[in-house]
Amino acid sequence: MATKKESRVEVKKTYKLFINGAFPRSESGRVFEVTAKNGDFIANPALASRKDLRDAVTAARAAQSGWSKATAYNRGQILYRIAEMLEGRADQFESEIVFTSHVTPAKAKALVAEAIDRWVWYAGWSDKLQAVSGATNPVSGPFFNFSISEPQGVVAIASSDSFLEFIDAIAAAVVSGNTSVVLVPGGLAVPAMSFAEVLATSDLPAGVINILTGSLDELAPWAASHMDIDGFDISGIQKKKHGALKEAGAENLKRIHSFGSGKTPARILAFMESKTVWHSVGV
Amino acid sequence: MTFEYAPAPESRSIVSIKPKYGHFINGSFVAGKKHFPTINPATEEILSHIALGGTSDVDKAVMAAQKAYTKTWSKLSGKERGKYLYRIARILQERAREFAVLETLDNGKPIRETRDIDIPLVAAHFFYHAGWADKLDYAGLGHNPKAYGVAGQIIPWNFPLLMLAWKVAPALATGNTVVLKPAETTSLTALLFAEVCQQAELPDGVVNIVTGDGSTGSAIVNHPGIHKIAFTGSTEVGKKIARAIASTDKKATLELGGKGANIVFDDAPVDETVEGIVNGIFFNQGHVCCAGSRLIVQESIAEEIIEKLKVRMAKIRVGDPLDKNTDLGAINSKEQLIKIKELSAIGDAEGAERWSPQCDLSNKGFWFAPTIFTGVTQAHRIAQEEIFGPVLSVLTFRTPQEAMDKANNTPFGLSAGIWSEKGSRIFWASQHLKAGVIWANTFNKFDPASPFGGYKESGWGREGGKHGLAAYLKNGKETGAK
Repeated sequence: MATKKESRVEVKKTYKLFINGAFPRSESGRVFEVTAKNGDFIANPALASRKDLRDAVTAARAAQSGWSKATAYNRGQILYRIAEMLEGRADQFESEIVFTSHVTPAKAKALVAEAIDRWVWYAGWSDKLQAVSGATNPVSGPFFNFSISEPQGVVAIASSDSFLEFIDAIAAAVVSGNTSVVLVPGGLAVPAMSFAEVLATSDLPAGVINILTGSLDELAPWAASHMDIDGFDISGIQKKKHGALKEAGAENLKRIHSFGSGKTPARILAFMESKTVWHSVGV
Repeated sequence: MTFEYAPAPESRSIVSIKPKYGHFINGSFVAGKKHFPTINPATEEILSHIALGGTSDVDKAVMAAQKAYTKTWSKLSGKERGKYLYRIARILQERAREFAVLETLDNGKPIRETRDIDIPLVAAHFFYHAGWADKLDYAGLGHNPKAYGVAGQIIPWNFPLLMLAWKVAPALATGNTVVLKPAETTSLTALLFAEVCQQAELPDGVVNIVTGDGSTGSAIVNHPGIHKIAFTGSTEVGKKIARAIASTDKKATLELGGKGANIVFDDAPVDETVEGIVNGIFFNQGHVCCAGSRLIVQESIAEEIIEKLKVRMAKIRVGDPLDKNTDLGAINSKEQLIKIKELSAIGDAEGAERWSPQCDLSNKGFWFAPTIFTGVTQAHRIAQEEIFGPVLSVLTFRTPQEAMDKANNTPFGLSAGIWSEKGSRIFWASQHLKAGVIWANTFNKFDPASPFGGYKESGWGREGGKHGLAAYLKNGKETGAK
C-alpha cells in the first residue's frame, strides 16, 4: 500500500498524419522533432513523403464529388460544427500554440478565438457565394443564360506556420466544395494534428481535408507538379520560391495563388471556376 | 427536283488593301524593318505584306502604352473612357461591311459569318464594355478597383477581329492601355481597326498594334513593362506563357484549347440536334476552340442521328468564302491544313471510320471537306486531341452517367453541348460537366454579356460579362460590413 502520493506520468500523444479521415503514420516511417524554445522535446510528428502526398490526393479526389454535391446548407453546418468543436478545445490549442510558436498566452488566446470566429465567418459563405459571384446574363437572343461558380476540385495548401493562416487557407478552399491536401510546416504540426481531431469529430466526410506535416521544401514542389491537383494556395511559401512552383504547376495549368492575412471572399472565389449555361428558350 | 445556287459573290471593292503595312504605335503607323506576305487562304493570292515586329518594335509600343497610361488614360474618368469605346463601337458598325469583306479575304471564313456574326459581335463587345467604364464599382471587385497598367494581348487567327474586341474592349473599359499582336496570318483587320482608333480620336498610345509571329508574341510576354498578359491560342503555347511569367508579378488570362463534347440524349429533337451538331463542328471550318468536336450520342438513336447528319452534311456548301451562299470556307493556312490531314490520317490508322460528302474542292487555296469519324473510342487520338478543323469524332453511350464520364475524360474543359427535351436532365448534365461554357439545345453562341473561358487545361480566367472585368482589375477596397 502506497503511503506517499505518486506524481502522475502524463500520457503523451503520437502525432501522425490525417488522410482520408484516418490517422496513419508516414508510409516512409520518417519523423522530425519539434522542440520548445528552451530546446525541450515536444513531439515527433510524421515527416510526410511523396507517397503520403499521393495517397492524400487520392483521398481528396475520391471525396470531391460527394462534398461538392452536398447542399450548401449542409456544408455550412459542417463548417459551423468545426467552430463548435474548436471552441470546446480552445484551451488545448492555446497551450499548443504557446509551446510551439513561442507567442504569449494572451496572444495565443486571441489567435484561437479569431480562428474559431473565422470558421463561423466562412460557414456563412457556403450558401451566399452564388448570390455574390453568379449572374444572369442578358444575351441578345432567345436564351436564358446564367453563370454560377463551382469548386475547382482538389486544392493543395502550403500553410504558413501561423495557426490562424492555416485555418484561413483551409476554410476558404473547402467552403465552396473543394477538397484539400494541407501541407503543414514545423511546429505547427502539433496544433494542426490536434485540429485534425476536431475535424474527425465534426461530421466532415473523410478525405475532404487531409493534413500532411513535414517539410514544405520537399512537399510543395511535389504538390506543384502533381497532375491531379487543380489549385494550389502557396501563401505559406516565401515569395522567392513562388516562381519555381508556378513553373511546375504550369504543366496542368494549376490555379496557383497566394494571399495576405485577412478574410475576403476573393480568396474563396480564387479556387472556384465560373460556369456559364445557355438554355434555349422556346415553346 | 434539285435546287442549285447561283453564285452570289460579295464585292471586294469596298476594301482597299495597302501593299505593305507597318506597326501602329503611339497613334500612328510606323514602318517595319522586315515583312512577310499575308495571303487569301481561298486563293493563295498575296494580299499584302505585314511587318515582322522585333524586340525594338515591342519596346517602342510598350513605352507608348506606358506613357499613355500614366499621362492620359489613367487620369481620364470612366465616363470619358466609356465615350471613346462607344465611338469605336459606332465606327465599327458604320464600317461593318468593309471589315466583313476584309476578314473573309484574309481569314477564309464565309462572308455570311463575318457579316452576320463576327463583326456585329465586335461592335457589340465595344458597346457593352463602354457602359462598364464608369460602373466598375459595381463589378463585385470592391470599391474603386484599379487597372493593371499595360496589357499585352496576343490573339489567334480563327476570329481575328472578334478576338481583338474580346481583348481590347475590356482592357480599355477598365482603364488599361494595350499592346496587341494579331496572329501572323490574319493581321489585316487589326490594322484596319487602328484606323478606327484614329477616327475615334482615341488618345495616342492607348492601343498599339505590333504585327509579327511567335517571336514577337514572346517579346511581349517577356517585356518587363507589361503588367498583364491576355492570350488566346493553343494550350501548348499557353503553358509556355505560364512558365515564362511564373517568376514575375504579371497576371495572365489564358483562353486555350478544347475538345468540346456535344451530348445527344435519346429524347433530343432530332432535326434541331442535327443542325446543332453541324453548327457545333462546321461553323468557322471547325477553327473554334469551343467547337463541339466530339459527338457523344446515346446508342439507341445513334444510327438515326448519324444518317440524318450525313444527309445534312451533303448539303453543306464548301467554296468561295466571299460567296454569300457559302457555308464552309477555306482552311486558314497550309500549316493548319497539314495538321488536320495528319490527325485525320491517324483517325484512319487507329481504326475509326471516316466519311465525307462528295465535294468539289479548288486546287488553289486550302480546303478540307466536312468529315465525320464513327466508331471512335476514348483512347483514339481524334477523341483526345484538338484537330481545329471540320472533323467530328462520334462516340456513343448507354447511360447518362457514362455520357458525363466520357465528356469529362479530357484534360480540357472549355465547352459542352446538351441535347434533350427534358429540363431536369439538362440541368443534371450541366451540373456534371466540367466545362466553362455549356450550351443546352444550342451551340456556339457568343455574347459580350456572357462570360467565356475554360476549366482545367482550357485556360485561366473568363472573358465577357461581369466576370471578364476581373481579368483587368486589381481588387479594390472591401466594402462589406465587418
